[in-house]
This record gives sequence, structure tokens and C-alpha cells, in this order.
Amino acid sequence: MTENVIEVRGLTTRFGSHVVHEALDLDLRRGEILGVVGGSGTGKSVLLRTIVGLIRPAKGSVRVLGQDVSALSGQARESLERRWGVMFQDGALFSALSVQENVEVPMRSVPNLAPDQRQSLAQLKVSMAGLPWSANDKYPAELSGGMKKRAGLARALALDPEIVFLDEPTAGLDPIGADAFDRLIVGLRDALNLSVFLVTHDLDTLHACCDRVAVLAERKVLTTGTMAEMLDVDHPWVHEYFHGPRARAPDKGKE
Amino acid sequence: MNDLSKDHELTVESADDALRLSGEFTIWTLPRLPADTNIAHRFELSGLTRLDTAAAWYLAQCQAAGAVLQGLTPEQGKLLDSVIAASPIPDDPAIRPHFWQRLLEPIGQRMVRALVFLREIAEYLGRFLAALARAIRHPSDFRLTSFVHHCQETGLRAVPIVALMSFLIGVVLAFQGAVQLRQFGAEVFVVDLIAISILRELGILLTAIIVAGRTASALTASIGSMKMREEIDAMRTLGMDPDMVLILPRVLALVVTLPILGLIANVAGLIGGAVMTWFELGISPAMFRYRLITETSVENVIAGLAKAPVFALVIGIIGCHAGMKVGKDAESLGAQTSTAVVNAIFAVIVLDALFSIFFAEVGL
Repeated sequence: MTENVIEVRGLTTRFGSHVVHEALDLDLRRGEILGVVGGSGTGKSVLLRTIVGLIRPAKGSVRVLGQDVSALSGQARESLERRWGVMFQDGALFSALSVQENVEVPMRSVPNLAPDQRQSLAQLKVSMAGLPWSANDKYPAELSGGMKKRAGLARALALDPEIVFLDEPTAGLDPIGADAFDRLIVGLRDALNLSVFLVTHDLDTLHACCDRVAVLAERKVLTTGTMAEMLDVDHPWVHEYFHGPRARAPDKGKE
Repeated sequence: MNDLSKDHELTVESADDALRLSGEFTIWTLPRLPADTNIAHRFELSGLTRLDTAAAWYLAQCQAAGAVLQGLTPEQGKLLDSVIAASPIPDDPAIRPHFWQRLLEPIGQRMVRALVFLREIAEYLGRFLAALARAIRHPSDFRLTSFVHHCQETGLRAVPIVALMSFLIGVVLAFQGAVQLRQFGAEVFVVDLIAISILRELGILLTAIIVAGRTASALTASIGSMKMREEIDAMRTLGMDPDMVLILPRVLALVVTLPILGLIANVAGLIGGAVMTWFELGISPAMFRYRLITETSVENVIAGLAKAPVFALVIGIIGCHAGMKVGKDAESLGAQTSTAVVNAIFAVIVLDALFSIFFAEVGL
């Protein structure tokens, strides 16, 4: 089970003269949760957006599920997009639609799916994302930050994608909510056999969910490996990141 | 839309009371099965290469209806179990209110909301007056720079549009008036028509409507976006009074500039009327001036411009109030901005009607 679902090779992204990534390589294996970390402004979210095709790379290739993202168009691209789900930082829910209708949006592209089946499936996804029944009819403006993220996750999972991209899923959540979200991600990965590309700053999330961690710095992926391997990397920034004062709490919890 | 379900293959064979499914059983192929979950007693599923939550949900319903599922791999069984575990439990449906209640409740709510709105407008008027009194007692608290800035924004920047609009209204009045009055040979009364309607009503009313659209929305947007980013809360914690800092300079600037804009509109309207009567009826500018001065009472100008500060106050208060009502999300900013414009224009027209009645009663 070491098939790569995402292969990024020699990726260069730039905005004007500002180079964000240079010759960046990254793999996501099937069924794993990959945590992508890096300092602010190192282009974690830009990398995510490049992989899903929202930003065009200047050089290099991005292959998702064996297909080159930038070379696809039309129906081939559409069918590839059905195989991944993206959860944006604040959920990016459509504000004019209720939570259940938001989750139904991707399902509307399924031909001949009966409306009541679609509604029941949307309710199932909302429930799988850990939201109570009463959330179905609520509008995004009525939801707390954590509930918006859960609703965004429910929408990302609407078509049972093979890959899920999560942009800072636990940012802005309290520790209890963040912990519940971590367990939700692992639980869904196990149940649905997802591959998860997780951009985060949260060391607890890295400890709790990630099979591997990729560190972005100096415009490329500096190092990848398990959490235990990260602790032994002697690059100063990586060392500071995983051994700094904020890194100790999860260590203590484990000992 | 492209039919993406073509990528997914599912074969359905039925034998006796069993249903044999093979291939990919996913949300894309789910519509090929009947929605009725009571279709078979036994499902033969060993040929499935893929099963997703939508399909697992369908199978879970069939199982609940008494069907037997055979041939699922352990992983597919786990997925089925987690779908069953996550099945949503509907809340008790809310009790549906009685017909009359459903009919009357929204009306009552709207009524109460309108009364609350009026009370709040009165409150903001009071807050503005209190801030004004404070500024008179302690002139050093008054934000002069902000006041001048808003005079420029709401006054000076509005001059071109107000002048042009009023000029064109004068042209239209002269033209329409000339056509009608010519039938009676009373062309020269066009001057009275233009002068009275522009000076008394149209100049100031249309200026107020334009300013209501232009400035009420700007007030709501600027105060509302500050409210959204918690700047107003930050101000309060720093000991600054939002009434003094935000509301007073904005509303006062409007009260000072709207009469000036009204005067400009009057002049532009008369010029427009004069130009049109000259071309259309051959009434020379000198004749126009003579009729204007001898036949039109200065009371008309007073009756027109006296309304301006009141309109300005109402527009400013409504704009600031709507800005303060903005919540944390961008939708409420948009909603409040459009509400402010509608309310301000509506209030201006209602007040104008009240003024007309009032002036008729006092004989002005």
C-alpha cells in the first residue's frame, strides 16, 4: 500500500518576482495523513492551492491519482475534481445556503439521484462530521468557528473523495474542540480509507493524527518523515519547531 | 453538465429473491437501484470492487428492512458499521403553529421591529445631540479634522452630481411646462412654474434623495466595517466615545453641507430652466430674471432650504444607526447598507410630505 496519490515534482511557484516554491518535491501515499508544516509565509496554503489547480505552477508537475493536473481540461478535469475534497480554513460555506444544502451542492452533479436520497445522504455526512441534527437547517452565519469547519469537512466528503485537503483544520479551535477534530479526521480516514493532506500549525494535531510530516522551508520541502524522525532532524528551524517551548506539552503527554 | 457516472460501472443481476451486485457501488451508481429498500431478501456483494458511504447507507437501510448482506469484505463491513453508527437521529419535529398564529406572528413581529427601530433612531438622535452639547462645552473634544474630511466627502464631492441633476430637472420642467402652457398662451408663466417647483420642492428633495443614496450607504459601510473588525469595541476600551469620534463629525458635516448642496441645486435648476425657456420660448434671461424677482416670493426659498438640515439629520442618524447594527459577518454589512439607503430615502419623502402639510397650515 505505498502507491502515491499525489506526486509533486520540481514544482516552482512564483507571484511576480516573489518565488514561493523552487524545485519542490512531495508525495502523498494512499491512506496516510500527511501533515504539512512551515513558518508563516512559507507557502503551505499556496502549495495546497497549486495541487488542487487554483494556482498555476511556473514550472514542474503535479500528478494527482496518476493524472497531471495542469494538463487536464473539460470532463477529465471535472471527474478528477470529484475524487478530491477541499476544506478551506473557515469552511468557505456558501452563505446563502443552509448546512444541509451546502453538503448537497456537490451531490447535485450526480445524475438521477433522487432528492430525498440526496437529502438523507447530506444529513448522514453532516452527522459523520460530528454535527448535531439541528445544524442541518442552520445558516453559516449562525455557526461557531468549529461547526463551520465541520460543515466544510462534511461538504468536502460529500462525494466520498479519495483525497481530502484540509487547510488549518484546528486553527482557532479550543483544545477540546481541536482534539475532537483530530479524532474525527483519524476516524474518517480509517472508515473511508482517505488520504489526507493536512496543512497545520498545531503540534498536537501533528502528534495525534499524522503518519508523516513534511516541513516546508527555504522554498522547498526540507524534510519528511514520521514525528519521531522529525525530533532528530538537526536543521535549526526544524529543531526549534519541534523542540521549542510549545513542543514540550505533547511530549510530556506521551511520556 | 458532463455525465460523470459513465466512469462508474455497476452490474445488477437478480436471481430468485437475491440481488447480485458487482463493480463499483458508489453514489454515482446508486440511482440505478430502485429507491425502495425492500427489493430483495438477500444481497450477493462479493463482486463489489468499490463501496462508498452512499452505497453503504443504502445497504444499511436494506439491512434494516430485513435483507441479508453477503460477501462484504472486512473493510467494507467496517465502513457499513461506521455508517450505521453515524446515522443521524432526527430531532422531534417542532410543533407546527396554528394557521392564525402563522399569519399574525410575522405581522406582529414586523410591527414591533418597526417600533423598536423608531425608538433606536430617537436614541441615536439623542446621542448625537448629547455629543453636540459636549462638543460645545468642551470644544477641544471636537474632531475638527474628521469633520472637515466628512464635509469634503459628503459635500464637496457631491457638488457635480447634484448640480448636473438639478440642471437637467430644470430643463425638463421648462420643456414640459412650455408644451402645456403654450396651449393657453401663457408661456411666460413657465418661469413661475420652474421657480416655485424647484425652489420649494424639487431642488432640495432630489438633493436629499441623492445624498441619502450616496452618504447613508457610505456612513453605514464605514461605521459597519469598523464594527465588524471590533474597532468600535477597541475604541470604547481606550476610553474614546464612538458618539464623539464617529457619529458627531459625520452627522454634523451632513447638516452643514446639505443646505449648501440644496442652494447649489436651486441655482443649477434655475439656470437649466432659464436656458431651456430661452431656446424653447424665446424668453430672454433678462426677462426670466425679472419675472423671477417680481413674481416669486422669497418665502419659497426659505420653505425649501428650511427642510435641508432636518433631512440631513435624519439621513445621518439612519446611516450611523445602521452602521452600528452591523454584526460580525459581511452579509449583515451588505444588508444593513441597503436597508439604510431605503430607510433614508423613505424617511426623506415622508418628511417632505409632512413639511408640505405643515407649511400649508402655517401659510408659508
